[in-house]
Order: sequence, then C-alpha cells, then structure tokens
Amino acid sequence: MNPHNFFTLNNIAVSEILNGVPHGIAVVDTDLRLVEMNHSLESHVGCTTTAACGVFVDSILRSSLGHNNQVFHDVLESGVTVSFEGDIINKHHKKIPIQFTASPLKDHNQNTVGIHVLLEDISYLQSVDQKQCSKGCSAEIIGHSPKMQEIFDLMPVLAQTDASILITGETGTGKDMLAEEIHKRSKRSRYPFIKINCGALPESLLESELFGHVRGAFTGAVKDKPGMFRLAQDGTIFLTEIGDLPLPLQVKLLSVLDDKEFFPVGGSHKVKVDVRVIAATHRSLRELVSQGKFREDLFYRLNVLRLYLPSLKERDGDIRLLLDYFFRKINENLNKKIKGFSPKTIEILTSYTYPGNVRELRNIVEYGLNICQGRQITPENLPKYMFTPIPAMKKKAAREEKNFELPRKAHLPVADTPKQGGWTAIEKELILDALKSTRGNRSEAAKLLGWGRTTLWRKIIRHGLA
Amino acid sequence: MKILVTICKNHIAPRFDLTIEVLIATREGKKLGTPFRTILLNRPSAEELCSLIMKEHIDTVICGGIEEKHLKYLSWKKIKVIHSVIGPYAEALKEANDNRLQSGVILSGAVSR
Repeated sequence: MNPHNFFTLNNIAVSEILNGVPHGIAVVDTDLRLVEMNHSLESHVGCTTTAACGVFVDSILRSSLGHNNQVFHDVLESGVTVSFEGDIINKHHKKIPIQFTASPLKDHNQNTVGIHVLLEDISYLQSVDQKQCSKGCSAEIIGHSPKMQEIFDLMPVLAQTDASILITGETGTGKDMLAEEIHKRSKRSRYPFIKINCGALPESLLESELFGHVRGAFTGAVKDKPGMFRLAQDGTIFLTEIGDLPLPLQVKLLSVLDDKEFFPVGGSHKVKVDVRVIAATHRSLRELVSQGKFREDLFYRLNVLRLYLPSLKERDGDIRLLLDYFFRKINENLNKKIKGFSPKTIEILTSYTYPGNVRELRNIVEYGLNICQGRQITPENLPKYMFTPIPAMKKKAAREEKNFELPRKAHLPVADTPKQGGWTAIEKELILDALKSTRGNRSEAAKLLGWGRTTLWRKIIRHGLA
Repeated sequence: MKILVTICKNHIAPRFDLTIEVLIATREGKKLGTPFRTILLNRPSAEELCSLIMKEHIDTVICGGIEEKHLKYLSWKKIKVIHSVIGPYAEALKEANDNRLQSGVILSGAVSR
C-alpha cells in the first residue's frame, strides 16, 4: 500500500498538509493498519511512514488505549468522533500524556474508510494544571467557586504584606487553616506560627499566656514565662475568637500592635517583639463594637486587611467537590473499599444547608464511611440529625454568626447543628440509640451495631455510659 | 538461556507495562526448546513483570515499548532487553535465536497479522 496515494486533495498529497500540523496525526484504514502519519508523530514513535505502513496502529503508537484498540473499533462502528486522554511511550522510552481525538474518515458515499487520529502532547498542560492546583487548592483549602477563587487570588498578596489581617466567616469555614496557609506563604514562614484561642482561657491566664510573666508576678509564678508573643518572635501569632478577648486585654493588644512592645505581667521592662498578627472571629465585630464589648480602635487596627471566608451555601458547586475530596481521603485512611455515594445520597448531601460548614460536611462523610457496610453510602448511612428540622432558637444563633459585610441568602430550613467532637461523639450517640431501641439489652444492641458484646461493653466503659 | 517475550495474541505486546501475557522459551544448544511456557499475569504491572523476570532468571527480554526506568533496571540486572520490536513473537524468537533480532525492528510478519 502506498500511503501517498491513499488520500489526495486536488492532486496534493494529504501527507504534505498533515506535516504542517504541529501535533501527531495518524491515518488508519478500517483494519486499523497505519496508512499515513505526519513528521510530528514519526519523531515521537521513532519510525517512518514508509517502514510502518500496513502495521497495526497499536504496535506503532505504543499507547495506553488497551487491547485491540476497542476505542477505534467503536469509532468505526458509530461514526462518531471520540476524544480521550491516555499516553504513549515514545522512542526515548518516556511516557508522554496524550489527548487522543479519533474521527471517522468518510468517502463521497458517506462510507467510513478509516480513522484520523490526532495526538496532542498534553504534558505541558498537565504541569500547568499542577501549578494551578498548587495555587488554587492550597494545602487542604480547596474550592472552585468564584468566591473561593477570590480568596486564592488574594492569598499571595496578603502573604507578602506584613499588615494585620482579620479573617471573618461562619464557624467551620476554615479560618484557622487559611491563617496558617498565609503564614506558610509569607516571608515569616521559617519562624513560628502560634495559635491562641482568646475564648478558651480566663482573662488572668490569657494575659499571662499572651504576654508572659516574670517570677513572682503572682502566686504560683515560680519562674519567668516568655508568653506567646515572644515565642512567636519573627513569626505569626494567630488570635482566633478575637471577639471573645476581654476588654482590658484588648487595650494591651492594641498597644502591641501600635508600638510592637509590651510589659509582661509583673514586669518592669518593656519587651520588643516583631510579630505579625492574624485575628479571626465568627462574630460580628462591628456589632460587638456597637454593644461596647469590643474596642473600636482595636477593631480598626485589626481591620487593615479583611478576608471573608464564605459559608458553604455561598460556595456554588464546592459541596460536591468537597464531598468527593473528603470521601477519597477518609476512604483511603480507613482502608475501605466503598465505591461512592448513591445518587439519592448525593441529592440529599448537595441540598443540605450545612450550618457547620466544611467541618460538618467532613464529619458527615466520615460518619457515612464508618457506618456504611455496603459498596455505596446510602441515605440510611447519614446522621439522623440531618433529617430533623432545626429548632427556631438554633436558627437564631446561626443568624447571629452571619457576617456583617457580605449579604447572605435567606436561611433555608436546616437541620440541627453538628455534634462537636468528631467520631467519638457520633459513636457515643450510636451506642445510646442502639441501647434505647433494644431497651437496654446489650446483646441485642451489640448485634444491632454489628459489634461483639465485649466490644460494645468496652466502648460503653470508654464513653462513661456504664 | 531463557528468553521472555511479552505477548498479545500472536504478536509482541506493544507495551511492556500493559502486558498481561508472557512467553518463556529456553534455548538448548542452538535450538529453542518446545513447548514454550506462557504465563498469564494477574494484572498489567511493569514492576511485577520485572519481579517475574528476576524470579525466572531470564537472560533476554523481547518486548515492545518500555519505559526508561524499567529498561535501566533490567539492564542493571544484566538482562539483555531487545525493545520496541513489532511483529509476531514466533518470528521474533526465531530471529533472536539466530542472534539477528535488534531493538526497534519491524518484522516482516507485522504487516500481515
């Protein structure tokens, strides 16, 4: 078979046209034997058209298309163009990712006489994708919604400056992770990142924790304590739940932000620090200011750069992405062989409002994966509270968390707030449910849960239910 | 001397890493001992195939396209690899037995499968 006579166009050998295309092109006949290939493909596969003409195309391409080129057979039968990703091994023994596009070639009578295969080298695109992923999916913060893209775009800018940042957003939206990510990308990344929960400690202890104390400052202060500000020297201090910071400490924090120095508790010498402050809250600081619970000057001092983390309801399309992400991650960690969610479960999960945001979504996926005994997570494997309407009081509390800057959509009827404490709390609840439904019969409850009686007993002890 | 050929039906498999069937021939004197032994692999895996080659104490491998890392590994293990061979395995074995088979060759039988 002479390839140059197979297809001609106004007496111009088609091969000349094909050679002008910067991608690999192969023309095969209905037996899937090679008829023609352009110079680009010749350079990939390492042989000429003359040598390879009449040879089955799979042997020449060394592609990942599978045995017998089923895809090409399908194109011949259906007459439809098909595009798919795969790879080839080139003459230098390198695996090259390729986008294959196989189109049927038809004669004047519309009979399929062969296939035109276009091979686009997508190795560059894949490397760009990876770079974009490292840019657009920072660490564990992922999202494709426009609002999250705005955050990803802002992050490098915020990381490069040294100004204070105020991160706002509902509970469970990932404020802590965002703060840590900003620190990692900043020039301070080599130095410590210290997180303090301002709502977790009483005022006296918090002051000592933040600013340190000297020996003898108060009863029990047997030695000097540096405090978190000094420990974070040259790094970043992250003050979460800043809205819960007591008023006297707000003054001290303001002076640290302004002068970059402070007196430790009981100390007589000022300590100089070079620390970047990132603060976060799920409360409306402006409301707290109007109520006199938060200093206005501190609010404006912290509010240099503000980042609002959208709630899941505002992140169009991200729920499915996050469901798949956490499913893959937890499924792998639990070493389970679950294939995915059933269509009905997907419908429920995507329409649910997630008052606990990403944290709740993650817990739900973890719950489902732990409970599921089959191949797919079904609605029965989802936490029961998802199907219970939220009480009015809870709704009000949720509204209070609403961010003060960006308007949000009306609150849809949602279920109860998520149980905090992860799997331990869920397990405790499961045991209680089982015991309730078996009227306290432990053998029956163990059977119901699919555990041994001893396992149930051990867990009852662990959860303090005995 | 033992020769392993990666096969797909009657031909050499286009890719080493996607091979699921191999043929092992033993050269006794100047002849290839028959019948040849064929092994079906659980799944296509270049790493498992390399292990099999080592376990079977193969001297020569005849295959299609092979990735550099696997080629280097086998060469480092002092196994002769005749790669990128296209055509029927019987013809390839005959050529190999006569010491005429070279990497990258398209055998005459390749055109009329």
